[in-house]
Formats: sequence, structure tokens, C-alpha cells
Amino acid sequence: MQTIYMKLSGVGPLQEGRVDLRKQTIMIGNTTYKADQIPLEIPINGTVYGTLLNYHGAYEQLKPAMNEAPYEKPPKAPILYIKPMNTFAATASSIPCPESAVEIGAALGIVIAKTAKKVSEANALDYIKGYTIANDVSIPHDSVYRPSVKEKARDGFCPIGPWIMDKTAVDNPNNLEVRVLVNGVVKQRSNTNQLIRSVEKLLCDVTEFMTLAKGDVLLVGIPENPPRVKANERVQIEIEKVGTLENTIVTESLPAGGRI
Amino acid sequence: MKYARVAFEGSIQEAIVTENNIQLLDGQLVKENEVVWLPPVQPNTIFTLGLNYADHAKELSFSAVQKEPLVFFKGPNTLIGHNGKTVRPNDVTFMHYECELVVVIGRQGKNIKQEEAYDYVRGYTVANDYAFRDYLENYYRPNLRVKNRDAATPIGPWLVDKEDVKDPMNLTLRTFVNGKQTQQGCTGDMLLSIQELIEYLSSFMTLYPGDIILTGTPKGSIDTVVGDEVITEIEGIGRLMNTIISEEALTNFKNE
Repeated sequence: MQTIYMKLSGVGPLQEGRVDLRKQTIMIGNTTYKADQIPLEIPINGTVYGTLLNYHGAYEQLKPAMNEAPYEKPPKAPILYIKPMNTFAATASSIPCPESAVEIGAALGIVIAKTAKKVSEANALDYIKGYTIANDVSIPHDSVYRPSVKEKARDGFCPIGPWIMDKTAVDNPNNLEVRVLVNGVVKQRSNTNQLIRSVEKLLCDVTEFMTLAKGDVLLVGIPENPPRVKANERVQIEIEKVGTLENTIVTESLPAGGRI
Repeated sequence: MKYARVAFEGSIQEAIVTENNIQLLDGQLVKENEVVWLPPVQPNTIFTLGLNYADHAKELSFSAVQKEPLVFFKGPNTLIGHNGKTVRPNDVTFMHYECELVVVIGRQGKNIKQEEAYDYVRGYTVANDYAFRDYLENYYRPNLRVKNRDAATPIGPWLVDKEDVKDPMNLTLRTFVNGKQTQQGCTGDMLLSIQELIEYLSSFMTLYPGDIILTGTPKGSIDTVVGDEVITEIEGIGRLMNTIISEEALTNFKNE
């Protein structure tokens, strides 16, 4: 049983509970529930930052173009972007799909515990409250020269949850299996051991130039070849030791959120 | 009316700014020099336009013709109020101000048409969107290391109701460094107008009350150094003051 922090539907504060990922149960106080009996909301209210090209495979794919226009040279500092609040959606809610297909970005999220500024790699874990899962949805696009706002910041394009897993449950955040299932079939398999900047190194390099506040979330990156999905498909992102985030893709005529 | 957020004697208050006084909403009447000015808005989403004035785009050696508007987001760590201090990192060789008109959204909307765009505006304020050119990289440019630094986006001093701004697309923008004017432009020279920006942004995402749009800056960006007093001013809206300090000054201040 591991400690989680969740946003129970109908309850104000973030609620502490105990989860058994294998048995799929959640204990609140002394009562045990089946995990799927408990409606959960978005457990995050800070700013969500994404990281580009932080998986070796994704980096290698762009590498041949990095010395040519418009990039000119390989990136030095972490390349970040913001998933604004309109993109947030809870687990078990729906994602409006505006085109024929969208890409599923399976991202481990680092949830910040306290003001993190110029953090050293050695002390980085002290600034982490726990981990969550984000589905960093995008409309497929080739160029990363300009910020991909229209492709990445649409309503419902960042389901996040199902909870914050306390960091004590994750002995090594740099060795977690990441899987994406579409309609129950595994479409992608990766591991955070493929990160270019580890969780600690990323926190160090990002907070060198900007402060992360308590409650902010830093997504560590998206593995190469994100699966593409279309309306009426069911997407699950599983991250070892953290949990499973599940959402359904719907057509754009339907609003973001709601329940499956 | 002009709305501000200020800190006064240990509490954070909303206030109305009049010609001679600041009326705190708890009833107290105070003087300008008695308060600490906070950012007048606390947005969930901060939109920023790059290259939205043709002359500034030219100055930065970019083609003025963009396929899509250049839009990026900022985090709340970037905002700082009137009379605040912004750090110039020791290793930068070029830090420039950007005087910008800020549109504050007043009402939720999606797929807003240009003709009704102003119905969704609450009011306006002024921002100074500092940039640190040394950190520019060609990935998601302008990257967050350039544009998302702590306290590097002064904003304020207050929010002005849209009803008090007759024509927001015909306002003079001016920047003064140590009292000397270094930048002048007119909001009428924006490539995409306020109405077009609202239509564009709301075509793919919902705008919410309190969200803000920094609409870009005209030409006239020069390097600024530690000790410089930078005032960004927009006709009919306000004068926003900021002082540039060193990394050491920030640390020493904290240690006091």
C-alpha cells in the first residue's frame, strides 16, 4: 500500500489515501474501496510545464536537422512549454479530438513540494512531493521552431492524474516503465531510463533559470513515436509504481471533460 | 476606474486608484507611497504575442510575414508589480524591455468573432516583457529561458476599465530609461489587432475571465543594465516603473 494524494469528487481539500496498485483498491481512513468506485478530479492546481526532446529516441529523430535551418545548432538548456489550465482534464473524462487524429504524449509528472530555485542535482529529490501522470496530447506537427500553442494547448489536451503518488513509493524515478494502451492494446512501451536529463538533472537545469512553486508540475518528456488515436478510442497511460490515467477521445463537437 | 492590488500594513487588498489617493476596498484611504504594488491581475493563463509589430519584427531580423501568429505562454512566476525590481543575470550581454498593451479578458468565450471581441474584454494594463537575448535558442523560440524568468514581466500599476479607454487600437506606447525616451510606438501598428487576436486564440481554446494577452511591442529595444530605471507607459492606461538589479543585489537583499 502506498500513500497517494487525490482530489475526491465533492471534497474540497486534497485527500490522503492508500492505494494498492496490484489489487486496484484505495483505502481512505479505515475503509477500502475498489479504485474505480471513487470519482477523482484533477489533483493539480499549479502550473504544468512540459519538456521537449528529453527522451533519447525523440532527440535522435530530430538530431539530423539540428545543425540546419531553422534550428542551426542542438539545444543547450531544457526546452520547456506550458500546458495552460484550459487543457487540464481529470482521469476518466473525455478529450475532444479536433482533427482526424491526435498524438498521445505519455509523461511522468514531477509534483513540486516547495519553492525550487537553483536546486542542486544532489538535493533535487527534497523538492519533490510525488509523481503523477499527464497525457500531453498534441495535434501532430513536425516543426518545433515556434511554440506549438495551437497544437498543444487546446481544451482538454492535458488530462492529469489520477492522483499524486507520494515520492516514497518510487525508489528510482529514472527507471519506470511507461506504457500506452489504446482500446486495451499496448501501443507504446518506454522507460524513464531513456531520459536524457534524469529527474534530478532536469529539476536542477530548469530551476537554474526559473522558479518552480509548490504544486507546480514538471513533465519529464514524451517518448518517441507517440501513438495516434481518433474519436471513440479509449486511452490508458500506465506508469510503473505511479498508476494509470484513462481517458476517452471524443469528437470536437463535444466539450472537454465530462465522464466516460 | 482604475483597479489595483496592493499590500498595505500586512494585508493584500484590492483598491481603487483615484487622482490623489488609493481607496482600499476595506474602506481605508491611503497614499501611493504607503503601499506595495502587486500585479493588478492574477491570471490563470498568460498569452504573449511575439513579433506583433512589423517594425520590431524587422529589428529582430525576422520576416514580418508569419504563417501563424507567434504566441507563447508565461507562468505566474514572471509577474511583478509596479516599482518592482528585476534581475539582470551576470552572464547576459543584452537584456531589453518590451512595452506592451495588456488585454484583460472579462468573460468566458470560445470561437469569438472579431465583431463581438470587445464584449469579452474587461480592461487593460501595461506590461514590460523583458527579454534576455543571450539565452535565445531555436526550439520553441522564444524559449522559456528567455521569456519565463522570475519577476521579468513587470505589470500594472493598475487595470483600467475598457469603458475608460476610447480606442485601444490608437494608443501611444513609450519607454523611458533613466528618464530618457528610448521607445515610441502606437498600438495601431499591431499586425494582429485586439479583435483579431481574441478571434484567433478563442478559435482553438477557451478564454476565461482574468486571462491576459500581452499584445507585443514596437521597435526601440535597447540594452539595459543594472541600476537602470525603466518606465513603460501607455497613453491613457498608466506608467509602470521597474528597476534592474544584479544577481548579488537580490541575494544580499534576501540575507538582510
